[in-house]
Amino acid sequence: MSSIARLLRAREAGILVMLVLFALVVGLIQPRFLTAETLRIVLLAVPLIMVAAMGQMMVLVARHVDLSIGSILGFSAIAAGMIFRDHPDWPLFIGFGVALLSGALLGLFNGLVVTLFKLPSIIVTLGTLSLYRGLLFILSGSKQIDPNDIPEPLIKMAQTSPIDIPWIVIIAFGVALATHVFLTYSQIGRQIYAIGSNPAAAPLRGIRVMPVTILVFTLSGALAGLAGIIYAARFGYVNPGITGVGFEFTVIAAVVIGGVSINGGVGSVAGTVLGVLFLGAVQVALPILGVSGFWQNAIYGGIILIALVIDRTVRQGGLRGLLARGGA
Amino acid sequence: MSTIESPRPAVILREAAKPRPRWQVILVRPETVTFLLLIIATIVATRLSPFFADLGFILESSTYYVEFAIVALVLTIVIISGEIDLSPAAQMALSACLFGTAYRAGAPIPVAILVSLVSGLAMGAFNAFFITVLRLPSIIVTIGTLILYRGLAQVLAGDKSIGSFPGWFVGIDYRMIGIVPVPVMIFIIASVLLGLFLGITILGRQIYQIGTSEVAAIHAGIRVRRIKFGLFLASGLTSSIAGLLTASRLGSVRYDLASGGELTMVLIVMLGGTYIFGGRGSILGTFLAAWLLVIIATGMTVANIAINAQLTVMGLLLIVSIIATNAIYARSQR
Repeated sequence: MSSIARLLRAREAGILVMLVLFALVVGLIQPRFLTAETLRIVLLAVPLIMVAAMGQMMVLVARHVDLSIGSILGFSAIAAGMIFRDHPDWPLFIGFGVALLSGALLGLFNGLVVTLFKLPSIIVTLGTLSLYRGLLFILSGSKQIDPNDIPEPLIKMAQTSPIDIPWIVIIAFGVALATHVFLTYSQIGRQIYAIGSNPAAAPLRGIRVMPVTILVFTLSGALAGLAGIIYAARFGYVNPGITGVGFEFTVIAAVVIGGVSINGGVGSVAGTVLGVLFLGAVQVALPILGVSGFWQNAIYGGIILIALVIDRTVRQGGLRGLLARGGA
Repeated sequence: MSTIESPRPAVILREAAKPRPRWQVILVRPETVTFLLLIIATIVATRLSPFFADLGFILESSTYYVEFAIVALVLTIVIISGEIDLSPAAQMALSACLFGTAYRAGAPIPVAILVSLVSGLAMGAFNAFFITVLRLPSIIVTIGTLILYRGLAQVLAGDKSIGSFPGWFVGIDYRMIGIVPVPVMIFIIASVLLGLFLGITILGRQIYQIGTSEVAAIHAGIRVRRIKFGLFLASGLTSSIAGLLTASRLGSVRYDLASGGELTMVLIVMLGGTYIFGGRGSILGTFLAAWLLVIIATGMTVANIAINAQLTVMGLLLIVSIIATNAIYARSQR
C-alpha cells in the first residue's frame, strides 16, 4: 500500500515538474508568458476540460474508457440551450438541471450496455458517440442555439463572481475537490479503485461491480453534461455540428498526462488537475510562441504517446524493463 | 536442485459435449445472420424504391463506403489477432494530405503516390512499435496516434483543401471494369485474396491462434510480435491506398478527409460478426457486412433521412451487432 502511495506521489511530482519546466521554457522565449494575465487565461480555458476529466478519470480508474463524452456534452448543451431559448422566463437552475440530468441518463445508458452485456466500453462508447450525436441533431433540428438565446446571467458566470474569480472556475475546482473527497474517503470511491486494480478479485471481496461501474459511467455522463452548460456560458452559442466534437480526445489526453493508468486502479484528482492545467498551458502558449493553432492536436496526440511510455516505464522499473524481451 | 517436482496440472474432468448437429453449426454463425440481414435489407429497400433492383445503382452508391470497406478487411484481421486499430481514418487523412502537399510542391503524381504509400507504411510501423515493442495496449496507442496523425494532417494542410490534380488521377469511382467501378473491384479482389490468406494459409491460421490465446501461440512457437507488426504495417499501407482512392474520388484533399471513418470501419467489422475479443471472425462476414451497410445507408438517403440523423442508426447498429455477435458466440461455445 505504501509503495503504491509513493508511486502516486512520484507521478504527481513528475507532472508538476513538467508543468513548471514548460512554463519556464516558454517564459524564457517569451517573457510575457509568465504573467498573472496568462494564469487568468489558462484558468478560463480549463474548466470545460477539468469537469469532464474528473468523470473520465473515474472511468479509466475502473478500467474502462468513455469515448462518448463529447457527444454527451453537445447533447446536454443543446438540451439546456433549447430550454433557455424556448422558455426565457424560467430560472437558470432548470437549465443546469436539464444538462446534468440528460448527461446522467446518457451515461447511465453507456453503463447499462457495458455491464449488462459484458462488452468492451471502447466499442460501446464509440457507438454511442455516434448515436448521441445523431440524437442531438434530431433534437435540435440541426439548428444552432444563437448567442442572443443564451441568458445574460449565464454568460456572466464565465466572466465574474462576487469574489472576482469567474463562477465556472469555482465550479470546476469545486467538482475536483468533491471528486477527491468521493474517491478518497467514501466506500464506493475506494471500490472503484479495487475494481480497476483487479476486476476478478473485486467481486470476491464483496464489491458489487455492476452497480459501481454503472454509477461511474453515470457520473461521467453527468459531468460531461455540466461541461455542456459551461460550454454555453463560455462560448455563448451551441452548434450541433461543432459543440463537443473531438472533445473526448482532449479529455483523455489530459487524464493520461495526469498519470491515470490506462490499466485501471491508478490515478488521482491532483494528477488529473495538473494534467488539465498542462494542456491549458500548452493551448495558451502556442499563440504566444507564434506557433499555428493547427499544431494543437498533433501536440496533444504526441503528449498522449509520451505519457503512455512514461507510465509504462514507471511500471516496468526503468528503461531496461521497458525494452526487455519476452512475455506478451 | 536436481529433481523438480512439476506442479500437478489442474485438469477439470468432464464428459466431452455432444457435437452439435451440422445444420446448427452452419446456421448459427454470425456470417449467416449478416447474410440474412443483407437479404432482408435488400427486399425492404427494393420495395422502398425501385432503384435498388438495379445492380448498377447499388454499385454506384457503394463507392462512398468502399474505401472504408477495404480498410475494414485488414481491420478484421487485426481484430481477429486480438488487437484493434482506431487510427486508419486519420492515416487516410494524413497520407492523402502528404500526397496533396507533395503534388503541390511540384512532385509528379507517381512520386506523390509513392510518398503517400511510404507514409502509410511509416505510420503503421509507428503504431506497431508502440504496440509490439513497447507492449502498450493498442486501444489507447491508436487513440493517441489517431489524434497525432489527424493533427499532423491539419498542420500540413491547414483548413484549406488541396486540389486541382490532373484529370487522369481524378474520378477513379467513374472508371469501370464492366459495370463495376474500379474501387469496388479492388474491394472484391482484396476480399477474395485476404479471405484465402486467412482461411487456408498457415500464417492465416496462426493469426486465429494468436487471437484465441496469445500465451498458447507463443508456446507453440508462433512469432506473435512479428506477425502483429506485419498486421499494423498492412493496416497503414491499406489506409494510405484508401486515402488515395478517396483523394481521387473527391478530386481534393483536406485534413478532415474520412473524419468519423473509425466508426464506419469498426461497424463494418462488427456487423460481419468478428468477435471483438479476437480469435473469431471471417473476411466473408466483413464482405457481406460492407454490402449490408451500403444498402442501409443508401436506403436511408433515398428515404430522405438526413446524414446527421443517420449517425443515430449507425451507432445503434454497432451496439446491436456486438451484442448479437457476442450472444451467438456465447451459445456456440457451450
